[in-house]
Amino acid sequence: MQKTYKRYFAIFMIPTLAAFLVAFAIPFVMGLYLSFCNFKTIGNAKWVGLTNYMFVFKDSSGFLSALWFTVKVAVVGVISTNVLSFALALLLTKGLKGTNVYRTIFFLPNLIGGIILGYIWQLLLNGILINLTGADLTYSATYGYWGIIILYNWQKIGYLMIIYIAGIQAIPGDLYEAASIDGANYWQTLKSIVIPLVMSTVTVCSFLSLTDCFKMYDQNLALTGGAPANQTAMLALDISNTYYNRVGFAGVGQAKAVVFTVIVFAVALIQLRATRSREAE
Amino acid sequence: MKAKKQTSNTIIYIVLTVLAVAFLVPIFLVIMNSFKNKLYINTTPFLLPSAESFVGLRNYIDGLTKIKFWESIGYSLFITIASVIVIIVCCSMAAWYIVRVKSKITSAVYFLFIGSMVVPFQMVMYTMTKIANMTHLDNYLGIVVLYLGFGAPMAVFMFTGYVRGIPTELEEAALVDGCNPLNMFIKVIFPVLKPITITVAILDAMWIWNDFQLPYLIIGTKYRTVPVAIQYLKSGYGSIDYGHLMAVIVVALIPIVIFYFACQKYIIEGIVAGAVKG
Repeated sequence: MQKTYKRYFAIFMIPTLAAFLVAFAIPFVMGLYLSFCNFKTIGNAKWVGLTNYMFVFKDSSGFLSALWFTVKVAVVGVISTNVLSFALALLLTKGLKGTNVYRTIFFLPNLIGGIILGYIWQLLLNGILINLTGADLTYSATYGYWGIIILYNWQKIGYLMIIYIAGIQAIPGDLYEAASIDGANYWQTLKSIVIPLVMSTVTVCSFLSLTDCFKMYDQNLALTGGAPANQTAMLALDISNTYYNRVGFAGVGQAKAVVFTVIVFAVALIQLRATRSREAE
Repeated sequence: MKAKKQTSNTIIYIVLTVLAVAFLVPIFLVIMNSFKNKLYINTTPFLLPSAESFVGLRNYIDGLTKIKFWESIGYSLFITIASVIVIIVCCSMAAWYIVRVKSKITSAVYFLFIGSMVVPFQMVMYTMTKIANMTHLDNYLGIVVLYLGFGAPMAVFMFTGYVRGIPTELEEAALVDGCNPLNMFIKVIFPVLKPITITVAILDAMWIWNDFQLPYLIIGTKYRTVPVAIQYLKSGYGSIDYGHLMAVIVVALIPIVIFYFACQKYIIEGIVAGAVKG
């Protein structure tokens, strides 16, 4: 069987593999190489060793401030979206009538793309800020920061809620019965049955929201565009700006992208380890 | 006891309703402001259109024609549908091959795909754009190839998970009957994959329809998809006309809402399946 199948390698694998090589694998390897080069076009790249990387870590108003801002968004964004979506999932799995309508509404923002979301929230937040303080989102990094957090919650709560609902509904009903026979109240049931049994869902949701938050670009671009003075630029936006808005900095941009990739991998691995180990207990 | 339960249910309904309204307010606000003159949008977005601020369909007519928004919707529809079809056909075949033919190459490809899912787009953005320009993939047909490349890891990953659960007897019987593997795949395997095909189609459709940076960099100057057109409206024409922006956003939301209500069940199932497997 395997022998017959093997003759069909070209038909089954080549289209996907070729597209993957062109779109991802070759650009990835080239990007890795170019991060050690100084270049304006790919043809005239000159090897400069670690110069680009040194610049990345010296330039405190660029990469490092974007990294710090991203971390701040990720910490608050991941915790708030997960807590709120889990709470909503609990309310919506109580068997009340009409919960489907609420589920439909809460999920809707997730289908809207980041650019549109950014402009919707820009309208709303600027409206509030101008009336209250006379300044808009671009006035202060604090406004931009909370704007991104609110937008991110609005977009992701419904999405994570759907996954949490599936997790809660997978808990066997006889466990609740056993708990109520033992006289457990709502909070005790929640603490010793629901939460331990949805830990695998917590792993999935926190992983998804964390990597997603780290890679956020569209929402950031549309809502604040990094204003004021790039103080609200997250990593993806800072890297894109370095490539395209600063002449002669393509090599630095590529080095930033490599560091960004390493960070996302590290965060994903550490976070999976941490929640997996808690799951096992 | 019963009365207590009733009050707590009422409280839950109140909380849920307040939240639901809060979730819908931003969208309602955009619709409302799309009928107002641009001068009134930034300063008083929360006021209903009045006699002096109301402009009827003016923003819609001017905004849509200014950026040729119908063309953008056409490009977005074409690119999304073509890419989803190509991803499903190519990736289901690749996934089946990876599961059935155990070799160093197939397992290397599989792990390469898994690893690539974590890599941020910015890592390959610059070099990928250059390669796309050199290989003439920088048009609305070529971008389908790029979407196949970027979509392959997730799609192959989900399809392989499903193929592993399909017994090989089916395939063997078909091969004994004289089918070649390609015919056998089309007639026997592909129909069995239907549930996961729907999931992949929905996740990819949502991603490609809303994707901004890839079409912006590759085809943004010639063929503007919906998100790219909206970004251009904001940044490309000097001063911003918020009236046009609001109207265009409302029109951009319509296909999404239709899609949502038509396929809600599949979307929600797809999200859960995608998350648990991913």
